[in-house]
Amino acid sequence: MTTDTTTVTGTTVLDARGVTMRFGGLTAVRNVDLQVNSGEIVGLIGPNGAGKTTFFNCLTGLYIPTEGEVRYKGTVLPPKSFKVTAAGIARTFQNIRLFANMTVLENVLVGRHTRTKEGLWSALLRGPGFHKAEAASRERAMELLDFVGLANKAEHLARNLPYGEQRKLEIARALASEPGLLLLDEPTAGMNPQETRATEELVFAIRDKGIAVLVIEHDMRFIFNLCDRVAVLVQGEKLIEGDSATVQGDERVIAAYLGEPFEGTPGDEEAAEVEAAEASAPSDATPGKENDR
Amino acid sequence: MTTQTTKTPSAPASKDGATKGLIGLPENIGRALATIGGALAVVSTFLAWTWTSAFPGDLTVYGYPGGLQVLVLIGGALTTLFGLASYGVKGLRWLTPAGADGAIKLAATGTFATTWYTVIAISDELGGVVNLEPGGFIAAAVTLAAFLGAFSLPFERPEEEHIDEDETVGERIGRIWRHIVALLKSAVFTPSPVPARKLPAFAEILVIVAAMAVGLTVFTYGIGTEYDELFVGFLITVGFLFAALSKAGLVARVSAITGRHSTITMFGAFIAAALFPFTQSDDQYATIGVYILIFATVALGLNIVVGLAGLLDLGYVAFLGVGAYTAAMVSGSPSSPFDLHLPFWLSALLGAAVAMVFGVLIGAPTLRLRGDYLAIVTLGFGEIFRITVLNMDGTSGPDITNGSNGISSIPNLDILGFDFGLEHTILGFTIGRFANYFLLMLLITLIVVVVFKRSSDSRIGRAWIAIREDETAALAMGINGFRVKLIAFALGASLAGLAGAVQAHVTYTVTPEQYQFAHVVPPNSAFLLAAVVLGGMGTIAGPLVGAALLYLIPAKLQFLGDYQLFAFGVALVLLMRFRPEGLIPNRRRQLEFHEEAEAPAVLSKTGA
Ligand SMILES: Nc1ncnc2c1ncn2[C@@H]1O[C@H](COP(=O)(O)OP(=O)(O)O)[C@@H](O)[C@H]1O
Ligand SMILES: [Mg+2]
Repeated sequence: MTTDTTTVTGTTVLDARGVTMRFGGLTAVRNVDLQVNSGEIVGLIGPNGAGKTTFFNCLTGLYIPTEGEVRYKGTVLPPKSFKVTAAGIARTFQNIRLFANMTVLENVLVGRHTRTKEGLWSALLRGPGFHKAEAASRERAMELLDFVGLANKAEHLARNLPYGEQRKLEIARALASEPGLLLLDEPTAGMNPQETRATEELVFAIRDKGIAVLVIEHDMRFIFNLCDRVAVLVQGEKLIEGDSATVQGDERVIAAYLGEPFEGTPGDEEAAEVEAAEASAPSDATPGKENDR
Repeated sequence: MTTQTTKTPSAPASKDGATKGLIGLPENIGRALATIGGALAVVSTFLAWTWTSAFPGDLTVYGYPGGLQVLVLIGGALTTLFGLASYGVKGLRWLTPAGADGAIKLAATGTFATTWYTVIAISDELGGVVNLEPGGFIAAAVTLAAFLGAFSLPFERPEEEHIDEDETVGERIGRIWRHIVALLKSAVFTPSPVPARKLPAFAEILVIVAAMAVGLTVFTYGIGTEYDELFVGFLITVGFLFAALSKAGLVARVSAITGRHSTITMFGAFIAAALFPFTQSDDQYATIGVYILIFATVALGLNIVVGLAGLLDLGYVAFLGVGAYTAAMVSGSPSSPFDLHLPFWLSALLGAAVAMVFGVLIGAPTLRLRGDYLAIVTLGFGEIFRITVLNMDGTSGPDITNGSNGISSIPNLDILGFDFGLEHTILGFTIGRFANYFLLMLLITLIVVVVFKRSSDSRIGRAWIAIREDETAALAMGINGFRVKLIAFALGASLAGLAGAVQAHVTYTVTPEQYQFAHVVPPNSAFLLAAVVLGGMGTIAGPLVGAALLYLIPAKLQFLGDYQLFAFGVALVLLMRFRPEGLIPNRRRQLEFHEEAEAPAVLSKTGA
């Protein structure tokens, strides 16, 4: 098992400053600052409707923030989601958004889009360059499927995968764009404890590939096991940010979100928690679906 | 999907009484009736069905079948073969890889319907049943027996809906209707066929050749039907027998094989199509052939836009018009304002290029928007094109297109000394004007097929499908949605323009009213879209088959007259109700069915 707090923090990958998002009179995200450094796993928690997904959408160009600025590795992000992906930020969605009628492999191949160049002419003329690029894409896609454990289902339709595997496929598809930062929006929602554990391992493995991860999650055990740093969003505002212990101990967080103190400190009692996790169902794991991007 | 444990047709006794047939005869009697009835139907086609040749098709002779009788013969023979296969007769098992009962029912129904249609048509047209010879009565009786026998075969009934105490009449009718539909569907239900043993390559190629031969024969027969009754019978027979063959699992078998050898299949199909003019003794049916081909090619081009990229284009025929007008103007026609006579390859390229320019002009401002804007704008563009062309007649506007008279006397093509207007003798076969154009158009079709195939199976094609599936996710995966959609739109437009360049020469004259949104004669935007949807979105064969049907049905059924569009509407509604994926389902759909059989799919119903 991978140890949780290997804080090899390096350069700043993501630098969001003063991000505000208003929908008419509703301010869904208010003046949020957040940094993610290379080699880090950062958690973003908060009650339903706190604005976490909206914040993600601001980071990925799906929404253009009303105020504020988002920089990726020093450059301001373009306001189009496909350009953000090309720049190096990839994401998954809270409500799985796979290409349902495409095969598992094709889904990952679509993820390769920004890292390949072949246009229409190349496809029509089918020169040696086309076949080479296509073969390389397939090979890379198969590697990723292998990485998330779906290689044997490459030819299945995405819609026919069980739920947990659909989430894994979304991660593989996002990784296919060779991101420097991966945003995961509730990656374990609807999963059983075993699947959640596996996802934890997967996130560590992604970090070990040198990809920084920013993850929204309701499963506290998952977050506190995984994250080097956790930020709490309540009603659009960042309440607190810090390492797991700080956040768990904070009274405002407990009052606003956790309800009761999280039992045990993370890290040293991890083994015990694994067993505990097996027994208890993830209570917060099925959030409302009022907003699907 | 329930796991199919046994292939024997004996009813699983799990749900008591739930597996009776629709007709109350015992199963063994029903099966025998169907099998023997089919065979007797074959025999009956050798008898005279009527005494006078006033009814077309030569049904008056003993000794050999004529006209509609041939169709009954084929239907009866298939019913019997399926029947024998269901008894497990050696050498026939390959006919029914997915089980025989559904196929028997459909084949028997087709035979029954064709026979009774014939008998009723004879009595109706000649004034009473007295005009039937004994052969006609025998045929009617034995096909009815086979039909009843077939529907005595047991099947698993669908569960009845819960009946609401105080349902309204409307609800009641709705419930009964749904029950009938469900009942009929499960009556002919068959599980997915068991995966086939792989045949040696040469055998698979033989299967492809045979399939092509059957396809060419059926198409040639259909196009050559000389009277309404025969064409109706043809549609009934082909419809039911095709359904029977697919229920039997044969269609899936063959398409698995053609899928494995897609290039061979493609060229095989084109060779078969190229043989079509050589099966014709005069140019009459080649005319229909070339119009079908134009229609089908344009429909296939539209399928890139609609089927792959998911862009609803309601004015697609305008691009055909742009290509046709462009080619007509540079063809040396006396009514063209330009005194130009470009070689065909140049005018075809020009037609495609101008159409593409229009495609970009229409697409660039609209494709940035999501939703239904595109449909509305393209609908408008289609009409604007037509009206503009109509007005550029020298009085309402500049004198360019000759208004409603169009550009006429477009000279025949002459490629490398081969004059398309003349008859040629090739290998002893005489090929007329329309056959010449048929062969040229076939080349264009081949180009469009190759473009479709290659672009869909590439980075750009996957991007199209991704956008069709979920645009937000596609954008988040780094796809420049606007750019990729514009490419699809422009490509579709230029392919239509290319087809238009040939069309201008085939029709001699191009006029604005050839390019309307809806019109009784295809191609028009509505029929093009219908051909795509009816045939199967995102497939190659779908629009080709859809276009052939949509062209032939109005052309052959003259008696429909004013009700043509109405009948067309009804047919479309029925099709969407019973086979929403189109006649030729997409590979993805097949995969879906395939997987259902493989593993009971745990669909994403868990969790949020
Ligand atoms: N496109 C939108 N238009 C209007 N309101 C929105 C939109 N997207 C999100 N919201 C609102 O913003 C708030 C934050 O939602 P969201 O970011 O989905 O919360 P979370 O992901 O933390 O559960 C909610 O009140 C939601 O209704
Ligand atoms: Mg959310």
